[in-house]
Amino acid sequence: MRTKIDTNGEVLIVRLNDELDHHCVAQIREQIDNIVMQGSVRKIVFDFTNVGFMDSSGIGIIMGRFKLMQAIGGEVTAFGFSQQLDKLITMSGIKKIVKIYSEEQDAAQWGGR
Amino acid sequence: MEFTNEMKIQFINKSSNEGFARVSVAAFVSQLDVTVEDLSDIKTVVSEAVTNAIVHGYENLKGFVTVECKITGDTVEIVVRDCGHGIADIEKARQPLYTSRPELERSGMGFTVMETFMDEVTVTSALGRGTTVTMRKTILTR
Repeated sequence: MRTKIDTNGEVLIVRLNDELDHHCVAQIREQIDNIVMQGSVRKIVFDFTNVGFMDSSGIGIIMGRFKLMQAIGGEVTAFGFSQQLDKLITMSGIKKIVKIYSEEQDAAQWGGR
Repeated sequence: MEFTNEMKIQFINKSSNEGFARVSVAAFVSQLDVTVEDLSDIKTVVSEAVTNAIVHGYENLKGFVTVECKITGDTVEIVVRDCGHGIADIEKARQPLYTSRPELERSGMGFTVMETFMDEVTVTSALGRGTTVTMRKTILTR
């Protein structure tokens, strides 16, 4: 299944769904990077609300997009982690570099820079 | 009498089998009165170990991954085995954030996840012969 991606000006909202593992992240990564390479995106927001399962591949995709956006002066945020997903996210230490929110409106806020 | 059961599945190193492996183990472990959280942890560690076997164990090779699961009382033992390249330095491979293939955006957290979610993780490996990961967890039944 293709991941739904909403663009709102400079903000890209990636609606992830179902299960996030090594098998499916490659295609999602390509989908995101193709849009970012077009040049207008300054912020990527990951929506994890509908993710029922993820392993460390989910952490890999966030870290990878963080590096990509850092290189072009943009940012990455995420929201909607279930308790189980939050356990993995907390353990990974990714919260030190990527801001995690509980509400979409906070995660997607963008004042430009 | 103590409940015991055992299963074994084998599949080729296609990444689409990662989902098959974790769902199979979860269904098997569900014979115990396991919590949703423990079941999710078990799915996560199976996914990590099987992905390692596919991505690293059989890099540029074709082969079978074997997943065995054994229930003894309230203890679950999961063994994930490949007959691939083997790991030269297990200590290094187990370090958090270490990855031998950064181009794949692996987070390097696989073994750390296994160690955190399970009670015990042992890794044995021989170059050119393959790797076996054995994980144990005692389930706190509801």
